[in-house]
Amino acid sequence: MEENIKSLESKQYIVVNIDKEQFGIDIKYIDNIVRMQRITRVPKAQHYFKGVINLRGEIIPVMSIRLKFGLEPDDFNNATRIIIIKLDAQSAIGIIVDEVKEVVTLDESMISKVNTELDEKNNYLIGVGKHGDGLISLLNIQGVIND
Amino acid sequence: MDVSQYLEIFIDETKEHLQSLNDQLLILETEPENVETINEIFRAAHSLKGMAGTMGYKRMQRLTHDMENVFSEIRNGNMKVTADLVDVLFKGLDALEAYLSNIQQSADEGTEDYEDVINQLNDILNVGLGKGKGQAEPAKKDVPVVTSTAAPQSDSGFEKFRDLVIQSYERNAIQKAYDIGMNVFGITVYIQETCILKAARAFLVFKTLEDLGEVIKSEPDVQDIEDEKFDLDFSLILLTKESLESIKKDILNISEIQNVYIDNFKLDQAKSDTAETEEENNKQEKSSAKDTGKNKVSGTSVKQTSKPVVNRSVRVDIEKLDVLMNLVSELIIAKNGLVSISNSEGASRGESGFNEQIEYLERVTTNLHESVMKVRMVPIESVTNRFPRMIRDISKKLDKKMELYITGEETELDRTVIDEIGDPLMHLLRNAADHGLETNKERVAAGKPEIGSIFLDAYQDGNNVVIEVKDDGGGINVEKVKKKAVEKGTLTQEQAEAMTEKDAIDLLFKPSFSTSDTISEISGRGVGLDVVKTKIEALGGDIEANTKLGVGSNFIIRLPLTLAIIQALMVELGTEKYAIPLGSIQTIEDVTVSEIKYVHSKEVINLRGNVIPIIRLDKVLDVESNHEESDHLTVVIVSKGDRLAGLVIDNLIGQQEIVIKSIGKYITNNKIIGGATILGDGEVALILDVNTLV
Repeated sequence: MEENIKSLESKQYIVVNIDKEQFGIDIKYIDNIVRMQRITRVPKAQHYFKGVINLRGEIIPVMSIRLKFGLEPDDFNNATRIIIIKLDAQSAIGIIVDEVKEVVTLDESMISKVNTELDEKNNYLIGVGKHGDGLISLLNIQGVIND
Repeated sequence: MDVSQYLEIFIDETKEHLQSLNDQLLILETEPENVETINEIFRAAHSLKGMAGTMGYKRMQRLTHDMENVFSEIRNGNMKVTADLVDVLFKGLDALEAYLSNIQQSADEGTEDYEDVINQLNDILNVGLGKGKGQAEPAKKDVPVVTSTAAPQSDSGFEKFRDLVIQSYERNAIQKAYDIGMNVFGITVYIQETCILKAARAFLVFKTLEDLGEVIKSEPDVQDIEDEKFDLDFSLILLTKESLESIKKDILNISEIQNVYIDNFKLDQAKSDTAETEEENNKQEKSSAKDTGKNKVSGTSVKQTSKPVVNRSVRVDIEKLDVLMNLVSELIIAKNGLVSISNSEGASRGESGFNEQIEYLERVTTNLHESVMKVRMVPIESVTNRFPRMIRDISKKLDKKMELYITGEETELDRTVIDEIGDPLMHLLRNAADHGLETNKERVAAGKPEIGSIFLDAYQDGNNVVIEVKDDGGGINVEKVKKKAVEKGTLTQEQAEAMTEKDAIDLLFKPSFSTSDTISEISGRGVGLDVVKTKIEALGGDIEANTKLGVGSNFIIRLPLTLAIIQALMVELGTEKYAIPLGSIQTIEDVTVSEIKYVHSKEVINLRGNVIPIIRLDKVLDVESNHEESDHLTVVIVSKGDRLAGLVIDNLIGQQEIVIKSIGKYITNNKIIGGATILGDGEVALILDVNTLV
């Protein structure tokens, strides 16, 4: 019982770096984290799709958060990771992040909502969490993927 | 008895029998005297009845029983086949189909009795046998009254055996028993309400009686009694040499028997043979009355045991399975060959032996794939065989004479495609019958044969199966289509005028577009062609329409033959690899730049008399070509139906068997890419959908 109550109030997030910002992704959507690998370009796809990868025999489309957010294009290096997200069982999607930092547990009380009307980009956020000295922008992952 | 394990077989076989009935009835309609057909129908109806009975589907059994009666009389030459009769029989078939679909969904036949069909059947039976309708009607109406009210009122009120219905062969047996001086008793046994094992008690009663004489009839029948499908009482007719008293005593000796009513059974109610049908009615009414009662009792238990039974199964020819089995054995041999080579590594002939085994393995896997695909293949006949009936009904409803000609029913398609293709085809046929064909009068006036023709042709074309639905009707009036589109605001007047005929016809595939001025029951609500198109595209196929005013229309459906694994040509564009399905490739040409001509400022080549447009794949796919423009171009000529196009590529890699995988739902607005596949080295190659390119 205790655990149940606890999990209702606090969630685990994976903290990633994109550009100079820290983003948090709800851990329950994350299927896997893989290193950068060869991406096959898909012509005529939306510009923020880098292409598809082969993950153990499965074809998975890969999206660049940077391009989606209108930031500088990705610079792939040793720290670059693809986070495989599964919103439903059949369809996985990968998103490219600059670096995966850590897993944090955030309490409801540590999260403040953002005003979504201010900025279109804020549609992709569900809130901002405080962790230690830093701030973590919590991604509305459905919004990012399905938009 | 638990029959759920037989349900699948029952559904399958019932479908087959219904189909056969359907086909034969259609023949019967045109050749009412065809004895073979009548026999065939009788057999099918009889099997259906038996099967429904075994599975405990009483309503279905009853209906088939009545149909069988009619066929039986026809077979015996007592009746003639009339148009009315065929109509009613078709109605009966529809009812049976409805039962079947209920059973498929819930393992229960439902509660619809289709009284009207049964009554019509019986009317026809009575009329056909030379009895006045007036006679038959009251007889039938009297029966339920007799059974429901007379039973409790008769002598002691519990002698239910008096209501037993005697078949002619039973009557003969009784008569014989009389002749040799045996006693014939009617017996009704009541079991105590507290009895737990009713069936066991009943069984004891039967056993006791069987020792004393012969039970020639029981109600409910022995099977039902064994299954405890009765309330507290059952009735039977016994032929015996024993006296009434001793039998009564013997039965009462069995524990938990409440009471026994026993009396001499007389044939005085015996009716002449011609009255048999009336008795049949009588029996049916009774059994149906009983059924409803029984259902109430066992209703809850039925619901508990029934589970949805929409298991999808494929009937596979045993030969195909044998081939499969053989291939699997070969696969094992090939594997063993590889194992032995790896064990004797270092031997001088290792290299060549290895290659040999790989080749062997390759051959086996290719054959295996082919065989597995074949197992999934179903002839298109399983869809088309219901169409003749449909056209017949439409023809009657519209009072328009027409014929449907089907060719290529043996063309095979993947099971999943077969399951989905039925509705679109039905739409197209209805359209052809309703809008396509003119009325008989108009046809004669136009100098055409009075009877309209609809053609459904199926055939294989490379990796595609093509289904054409053609009619020799009035064709599509392109001007009318345009006018309609302008009226609806889909087009402006200028657009309409500039529009080519082909584009105008494509308008028909837009949602809610119907050119028919009147909405009929059959078609014309404008939910037809766009649904057809969506459905076919969902199956990975496409549809186009050709039409000629006054001559007819032709709808061509193109469907992929296989779904998962295909042969493809791997090509290179810049640094990227793409797969082109081999089925759509005609030839590969080496073309010099100087051969390229311009038509409407588009590149074309003249290849052996065909003018073929050239598609620069690197431009279409935004590939950065590191290739310098050389004098020679490698052009892959691909086809979509009779349209050709040349795809310019950088390099040919070779032919390969590829597994098609979806690229997921997230990457949209991309119809050029039909999917992706994983190459031997783990790299992903995209598959080009030639149909959207051409």
